[in-house]
Amino acid sequence: MIEAAHLTKRFGALTAIDDVSFSVARGEIVGFLGPNGAGKSTTMRILCGVFPPTSGRAVVAGYDVCTESLRARAHIGYSPERVALYMDMTVREYLAYVADMKDVARHRRAAAIDGAAQNCGLQHVTHRLVGTLSKGYRQRVGIAQALIGQPTVLVLDEPTAGLDPEQVSEVRGLVRDLRGERTVILSTHILPEVEATCDRVIIINKGRILAVDTPQNLNQRLRRTSQVHVEVRAPAAAVAARLRAVAGVVDVDAVRAGEYVTVSVTSEKDRDQRAQIAAAIAAEGWELLELRAVTLSLEDIFLSLVHPVAAGPEAPRQ
Amino acid sequence: MKFLVICRRELRSYFTSYVAYVLLTVFLLLSGYFFYSDLVFFILFGGYVLPTGLWQYVFLDMRLCALLVLPLLTMRLFAEERKLGTIELLWTYPLRDRDIVAGKFLASWIFFVIMLLPTLLGPLLFYQYYQFDIGPVAAAYAGMLLLGTAFVACGLFISSLTENQVVAAMGTYGILVFFWFMTWNEEVADQRIIRVLLRLSLFDHFYNFARGVIDTKDVVFFLLFVAFFLFLTLQSLTARTWRGVR
Repeated sequence: MIEAAHLTKRFGALTAIDDVSFSVARGEIVGFLGPNGAGKSTTMRILCGVFPPTSGRAVVAGYDVCTESLRARAHIGYSPERVALYMDMTVREYLAYVADMKDVARHRRAAAIDGAAQNCGLQHVTHRLVGTLSKGYRQRVGIAQALIGQPTVLVLDEPTAGLDPEQVSEVRGLVRDLRGERTVILSTHILPEVEATCDRVIIINKGRILAVDTPQNLNQRLRRTSQVHVEVRAPAAAVAARLRAVAGVVDVDAVRAGEYVTVSVTSEKDRDQRAQIAAAIAAEGWELLELRAVTLSLEDIFLSLVHPVAAGPEAPRQ
Repeated sequence: MKFLVICRRELRSYFTSYVAYVLLTVFLLLSGYFFYSDLVFFILFGGYVLPTGLWQYVFLDMRLCALLVLPLLTMRLFAEERKLGTIELLWTYPLRDRDIVAGKFLASWIFFVIMLLPTLLGPLLFYQYYQFDIGPVAAAYAGMLLLGTAFVACGLFISSLTENQVVAAMGTYGILVFFWFMTWNEEVADQRIIRVLLRLSLFDHFYNFARGVIDTKDVVFFLLFVAFFLFLTLQSLTARTWRGVR
């Protein structure tokens, strides 16, 4: 449904995105994940025909976004990062205007507007001026606007930015409801969002794609090490020395916290060292207070990809 | 036909904001006052020839009112869209840039024509008392239409350059006033340059119309002026393809 091949966009000396390639299948929900300024919006704008790439090619719904821009655009619903609406129109007037823009046939217009309004929970505010709506509702109008005209591809740039938690979960629910019937690309810098809604994640930073995979696979693939969190009542130096001696342990970081020592033990990938660690502590006769495996969250994966040096699950605390 | 959708939205926007009504009212009050005082002047000081004694002054004054009001009418066309960010959405809808330009231009132009229509009231009332030759008045109105169209085209272009409406209005004033005054330095400028400047001056081309004379050269000048600024507007929108957004 979407094919991006070697997209590069330069603004003067600044390279916003560099050799970005990916593809999205019909009905898939793909999350664009990256810090602010990573190139998410630039990529989305290229897909939507706002401006062409400096080099590379993007095909949406079978149409090249540069050479067949109008046809490609007819298949895209776009909701920009900055909610951009005409404040002096009512929601209904605005959606009617969008329907005209997208060539929705006259006799289907009312149904299209009602449908989009209903999908986004706007049916009670259609008579209100957009300028009088709260930020959450404006955001929904922005998404409703993208839904008008039944586009096959939806491009949502930070659809949940600035919403309260309830609204966030509503928008995520809305996106999930579209699964299978529409192809969706959404961008975010919030990780749980991707885990909650997306089939696949594209992690992008400084204009380059770092990883493309399912959230689960990423978790598997990028877990270079396993980590165990231990709390024990014993001298810190002694604990560190003893646990380092356990086979397969790569690193031990022991910090005194009040009466106990908090230890984070890093061992080689896919090795569960919990039993050995417990045995070692027991052998010394130390009082073991806690011992648990630390699971990598997408957040850690993300950080380790974006900042490879400060890597590591549960980055060192200051 | 997408430009009609744009045009309709712009017109709706004009008529739902009180700004447009203020502009309309001020324009009509000023041009009405000027018509009245020019007529009084003509009658009191005994004019004989209507085109040079009355109509010329009426339309030169109306030209000033249009110069005052039209940049304020066109300043929001693109500047507001840029400020709100709605222009980005426009670029993702299936319509061409030229539809955007055409729609916005047409909307402002229609508003200008709506502004101009009530000014017919003065000459119409006058006609009830004195059956003058309507030819010169029609010619002057044709000139006003062309001049106003030129103002709108220029304002549209300047508005497409900025997201600040004040900058858009002031820039338009700057260009229009420059096109007016640039022939006023005859004494100091080189004769060859003056000849070129005279050809380019917006208002020198309007004088003939004000006196009731339609010269093809003047008509062509105005049409070229409009086409030039519409072309520039289109280029300014297309600039995003190499410059990016904002």
